[in-house]
Amino acid sequence: MAATYCLGRAFTALAALLLLSFGSFAASQIEDQAEQFFRSGHTNNWAVLVCTSRFWFNYRHVANTLSVYRSVKRLGIPDSHIVLMLADDMACNPRNPKPATVFSHKNMELNVYGDDVEVDYRSYEVTVENFLRVLTGRIPPSTPRSKRLLSDDRSNILIYMTGHGGNGFLKFQDSEEITNIELADAFEQMWQKRRYNELLFIIDTCQGASMYERFYSPNIMALASSQVGEDSLSHQPDPAIGVHLMDRYTFYVLEFLEEINPASQTNMNDLFQVCPKSLCVSTPGHRTDLFQRDPKNVLITDFFGSVRKVEITTETISLQQHSEMESSFKDNQMDEELMEPLKYAEQLPVAQIIHQKPKPKDWHPPGGFILGLWALIIMVFFKTYGIKHMKFIF
Amino acid sequence: MAAALPLALVVLLLLGPGGPALAEPPRDSLREELVITPLPSGDVAATFQFRTRWDSELQREGVSHYRLFPKALGQLISKYSLRELHLSFTQGFWRTRYWGPPFLQAPSGAELWVWFQDTVTDVDKSWKELSNVLSGIFCASLNFIDSTNTVTPTASFKPLGVANDTDHYFLRYAVLPREVVCTENLTPWKKLLPCSSKAGLSVLLKADRLFHTSYHSQAVHIRPVCRNARCTSISWELRQTLSVVFDAFVTGQGKKDWSLFRMFSRTLTEPCPLASESRVYVDITNYSQDNETLEVNPPPTTTYQDVILGTRRTYAVYDLLDTALINNSRNLNLQLKWKKPPENGYIHYQPAQDRLQPHLLEMLIQLPANSVTKVSIQFERALLKWTEYTPDPNHGFYVSPSVLSALVPSLVAAKPVDWEGSPLFNTLFPVSDGSSYFVRLYTEPLLVNLPTPDFSMPYNVICLTCTVVAVCYGSFYNLLTRTFHIEEPSKGGLAKRLANLIRRARGVPPL
Repeated sequence: MAATYCLGRAFTALAALLLLSFGSFAASQIEDQAEQFFRSGHTNNWAVLVCTSRFWFNYRHVANTLSVYRSVKRLGIPDSHIVLMLADDMACNPRNPKPATVFSHKNMELNVYGDDVEVDYRSYEVTVENFLRVLTGRIPPSTPRSKRLLSDDRSNILIYMTGHGGNGFLKFQDSEEITNIELADAFEQMWQKRRYNELLFIIDTCQGASMYERFYSPNIMALASSQVGEDSLSHQPDPAIGVHLMDRYTFYVLEFLEEINPASQTNMNDLFQVCPKSLCVSTPGHRTDLFQRDPKNVLITDFFGSVRKVEITTETISLQQHSEMESSFKDNQMDEELMEPLKYAEQLPVAQIIHQKPKPKDWHPPGGFILGLWALIIMVFFKTYGIKHMKFIF
Repeated sequence: MAAALPLALVVLLLLGPGGPALAEPPRDSLREELVITPLPSGDVAATFQFRTRWDSELQREGVSHYRLFPKALGQLISKYSLRELHLSFTQGFWRTRYWGPPFLQAPSGAELWVWFQDTVTDVDKSWKELSNVLSGIFCASLNFIDSTNTVTPTASFKPLGVANDTDHYFLRYAVLPREVVCTENLTPWKKLLPCSSKAGLSVLLKADRLFHTSYHSQAVHIRPVCRNARCTSISWELRQTLSVVFDAFVTGQGKKDWSLFRMFSRTLTEPCPLASESRVYVDITNYSQDNETLEVNPPPTTTYQDVILGTRRTYAVYDLLDTALINNSRNLNLQLKWKKPPENGYIHYQPAQDRLQPHLLEMLIQLPANSVTKVSIQFERALLKWTEYTPDPNHGFYVSPSVLSALVPSLVAAKPVDWEGSPLFNTLFPVSDGSSYFVRLYTEPLLVNLPTPDFSMPYNVICLTCTVVAVCYGSFYNLLTRTFHIEEPSKGGLAKRLANLIRRARGVPPL
């Protein structure tokens, strides 16, 4: 009796223990799921892709930028969230033997220009001033929406720059430069205005690591194609087009990104290994000290893709056929009829043109300088001759 | 419950105003058209036009339902109070001399001209904002349009649509010649079409073929038009035009046969379901100067004839809405073939070999009546070796005259004559048939001034070289090979003794 009682008690205790463990296991599973859901902390993705070089022999820089554009679009970031700046037109350049194409691989395998490209800033609009205005958001009010970076404090932004650079600067269109200090200050402005949640900065130029040396704002991770004192080299020339098609670092990054799909769990540490010195000749570098999360927890799709957390519902909603909004036009149809018939304008009315009078210019009252001059003259006149002499005039 | 409430609200909204449903006929319509014109130079021009007509008054507030007319442009018209808008992007130049007159030409680069309504107070401000908005829509640098490249024409650019008064104060015109047109401008242009690039004629708009052309021009034209023949009310018309000229040698590899697949690398599969008319016109007016006939395959069922740009032209019409022509199992691939009559010309050319033989060019040409035919040959002048020049090279060199042997039709038929019985001047050339007589004419010889070298130069060179050699080398030679001795001066001389005499007399020490 006592044995069964003890057994029963032990049994209930065991059951209680099991239940408790199951409960905590279930709770931790829910917690894990919740943590997974809120892991990265961002709700939208933006990309700013800049090619800063002009002239036909810098074809590879445009191909670099378009390769990243292609990957970013493929992984889900829409055109409205991409600001693409290309400093010169390679696709429709008269020297391009295959117009409307930009190839990234010899034998013309991959046309990265595509059929659906939207370039936001092109040709002479790619300047240091416009780039900084896009980043900081200080844009003239008439700028259209597609040219703005409308990010908020929950945006992850990818910034990719390529061109010719040196120790501490990047050349824009062979006529001006941006320094690493200006860039760091621009990122600090973005942080102060809460324009990003996390920022990934990739640069493919010579001595690229110098551009991220001066960053001091939090939540920035940076990658560069070469260290200070090293040159970034190009990959291969194409005999049909006649120029080098891509830079080595971006070529291997593109190969790496072609294997990523929106569901992949590849993290940043794999991106850091992308182009070792044996393939790239230069030593790619990275900087993660300003970044709060551990790079191995950061997914590639956090920056390169736009992975939305969606909840699928199976409910159906039926919509009514052809709305009633058209009926409101019916009663307004009557008042559109005009009394007299209209006619088309005559395209070249010679008689009217010959006899037209030139438009009189609008009269503007005289400005400050003229008024002041006349006031001075009149004052001198009166001081010389005095008021009492006026009676001889009038 | 919570989900049912918004559902109920939505249903209420749809059923709310108006009362019982009455299907309203659609108030906008789409017509699309492609005109293929073989050009005299062997190239082929293709002009697309997509025209959406909207019977509506856009200036009223509250227009929010857009069907075929694109919302981006409709909002522009109402926000900036536009009366007309014409925007074009062009690459290349229409060569009227080789291609004939164009339907609609546009300047190279970007051109924008706009008529505002007379309710606009600050036209310049609206113009600047409009160009910024358009630069965002079409991905072009139209934001560079400002007062430095905008003009207000006073006599030209009258409105192309319905207008009752034309105060040129409301017109603005700007051109950006440096603007490049590429796929990024074509993509938003295609997105404004109701069928995008999925059905109808717009499937042919592929960037990699459209930009491989001698001339590419795409434009957007918005204007008010008369709704009916009496013109008592207006509708808004949006025309999107695209003209390209395919080069015979680049695209056609030198052959003059064309087909839709050769030009666009696509064929037509189905008409746009939203279009009320979808047609292809092929210009089959024959070009008489080459005596070639144009054959179009498949044969057209109808033709259209009219006076276009001053000349009478015939077009073969293909209606894509005709199910006999194009349906689910058949694509439409128009083919144009030129049939030439057998050639009856002859050319023989034998190029020259230096110091061996001269050029020989023989051509047999049929000269058309009442015409001028010019034959011209380009040549280059080369230098001869200096011993090959004649003693008077500045006279020039002669090129032998050309020979023209012609069979000229006679006005009066001649009969063959007996050689022994007729005078000598009539029997110089044998007469084979009396309808034409043979004549041989010569041109003047050509005197060509060749660049002559300066023949005195060898003499000058020899003199100069010998002088230099003699002075420099000779001096060194003398310094190196001569030895020098000191010479004792001779004791006296007559002149010296006489001089000493005079000096002793003067009291000066002797020499």
